[in-house]
Amino acid sequence: MDLSYTEEEEAFRARLRAWLAEVLPKLPPGPAATDWPGRRAYDAAWQRMLYDAGYAGLHWPVDAGGRGATPTQHLIFLEETERAGAPYVGANFVGLLHAGPTIAAEGTAAQRARWLPPILRGEEIWCQGFSEPDAGSDLAALRTRAVRDGDDYVVTGAKVWTSHAEVADWCELLVRTDPDAPRHRGISWLAMPMDAPGVTVRPLRTLAGSTEFAEVFLDEVRIPVAHRIGAEHDGWRVTMVTLSFERGTAFVGEVVACRRVLAELARAARANGRWDDAVLRRRLGRLNAEFAALWRLTQWNVSESMGLPPGRADAGPRGNTGGVPGTGGSVFKLRYSHARQELYDAAAEVLGGRALDADHPWVTDRLSALAYTIAAGTSQIQRNIVAERILGLPKGR
Amino acid sequence: MRFQLDADQRALRDGTRELLAGRFDRDRLRAAVDAPALDRRLWRELAAAGLFALRLPEADGGVGLGLPEAVVVFEEAGRALLPGPLVAGLLLAGAVDGAATGERVVGLCDAAADPVYWEHPADCDALVLLEAGEPGRAGRAYRCAPAEVGRAPLASVDPLTPLARVLDPPRTAPLAGLDAARLRREAALLTAAQQLGSAARTVELAVEHARRRTQFGAAIGSFQAVKHLCAEMLVRAELARVAVYAAAVTGDALDAVGAKLLADEAAVRNARDCLQVHGGIGFTWEADAHLHLKRAWLRAESWGGAREAEERLADALVRE
Repeated sequence: MDLSYTEEEEAFRARLRAWLAEVLPKLPPGPAATDWPGRRAYDAAWQRMLYDAGYAGLHWPVDAGGRGATPTQHLIFLEETERAGAPYVGANFVGLLHAGPTIAAEGTAAQRARWLPPILRGEEIWCQGFSEPDAGSDLAALRTRAVRDGDDYVVTGAKVWTSHAEVADWCELLVRTDPDAPRHRGISWLAMPMDAPGVTVRPLRTLAGSTEFAEVFLDEVRIPVAHRIGAEHDGWRVTMVTLSFERGTAFVGEVVACRRVLAELARAARANGRWDDAVLRRRLGRLNAEFAALWRLTQWNVSESMGLPPGRADAGPRGNTGGVPGTGGSVFKLRYSHARQELYDAAAEVLGGRALDADHPWVTDRLSALAYTIAAGTSQIQRNIVAERILGLPKGR
Repeated sequence: MRFQLDADQRALRDGTRELLAGRFDRDRLRAAVDAPALDRRLWRELAAAGLFALRLPEADGGVGLGLPEAVVVFEEAGRALLPGPLVAGLLLAGAVDGAATGERVVGLCDAAADPVYWEHPADCDALVLLEAGEPGRAGRAYRCAPAEVGRAPLASVDPLTPLARVLDPPRTAPLAGLDAARLRREAALLTAAQQLGSAARTVELAVEHARRRTQFGAAIGSFQAVKHLCAEMLVRAELARVAVYAAAVTGDALDAVGAKLLADEAAVRNARDCLQVHGGIGFTWEADAHLHLKRAWLRAESWGGAREAEERLADALVRE
């Protein structure tokens, strides 16, 4: 067991830290939380800065345009950017953490050349067209149909909870290409341009008041067959690769941020007298242990994935996958999503009556934290994954 | 950074598990429940396998390993519910003659605790008391002859661990070279490692039962309510695992406090959930879940409970 970093890794950290100290002051102020076009421009500018400095797609393979960094370097990158207060991946989330790695792992040379460079440069934003009104947690129940017509698929259906749909250029779209096949088969993974005729985006207002996700209606949208990633009807397997990325290192930076917020909460409580409340104090102390351990769990999962080829679904000792923490990611996500909600509940207690001020960043974060036990697989689904895939309990209903 | 057990540590874990399965199987466990006096022969066998001399330098007849290895071994002891003053045996192996070889059984009490509990009082040949120091200064360690120590007998909640309350601890000669702060820190961590082993074991016991037991024509493990209990048990154990291992690697005091807090919670709550998964069988003396729960309660009160841990962890947030 080793928690120390090599000289090379420390040198990487030092270079990154110096670069962040130099460029972050030059970054324009961030847009308002509800300004989605502004958000897109801001996130794209940050991605371009990363690209120019050689930090874009750090963990992607070199032949996909990435830097082929080790998992430890990627961890250092996420830790340092968060610590320095650099922008979050934001609107580039799906492209960098989902669609890009999936295309890198499963796409043809032409597809990689077409889609990967614009993601790395922040020029094209992706969204995720997986969930449907009747197929959320039960993703294999999806009904959006794609009928082959010459060199095109003609797609009709509806997607929902599509984050960043309003500003996205591309959508990683799951469609049913064979309605007669068993439900996990007969699905294909397509890259859909969001400006194609027949695509209608209707923003949904979240309980936080923002419109970060949307419904997407598809009415006879023509998508070239050449935009299919992976074999026809093989979309489910490709999707599992995608989802394991989502549950993997996606939250690393956030754990660092939560630890910072926790320290801020303690200081604020000291300043406003609430620190005298032993119940609150103990609650914050417990969260300190919790987030410290979540950071160790991240290091453990990343270490476990080392030495395995990225993007492959071969199981490690605990069912983890190379560069793609799988079931270990479920263990992490379960605990983290609840801990994040507890953190902001504690923040409300520190704030007292000010917790009713929806403009306060802790209140905004308290609201958005409610999504964490639902998005990317609900806690209930994650518990099924842990019980069935790690503990080997029988499937049931 | 490679935060995983290395090949030697995995071999140590497997070897310890095998050793304990051979020398302390379920029949021996159940015999110990009926007669909790320490099995001296077993104690010497464990010592001969290097359990207590683990961290002593090889030049002194030890194994020359570190805290991470001790944690790996103590996790196995926790899995097996191995009884006896194990923490004292390891931490005092170099300080009390005969402790490393198992010839003498030594106890370790924290006189700063209230009340001061003494494990296996009738089995100890020597007793070391850690006294709380002035604020900011570590207390000293005193050695006592067990016969001189006033005690009040106590019906221990854990049938595997006889307990007494120490009354008016005597202060005889302080032991030179013992760092009470370090002993407290490492005792907490080794106790946490045992909690981790117990927490991991009760997940296995619950899962085995949930796969075997059928109700309504199906294995109860196929029901989501049961499945989700088991999943949460694993999550608790895994979070405790990384906290305990990391604290062993860093040797940091606050890491040990956090690890103990999470491991205590994992052991206690997992034992309760294990009992729940077992249903009516779980409430019987014959099921092992209660043995894990009672030992977990005892360990949770040893070397720093939740209140003290949470206060220290909170204090660290404003001190940084």
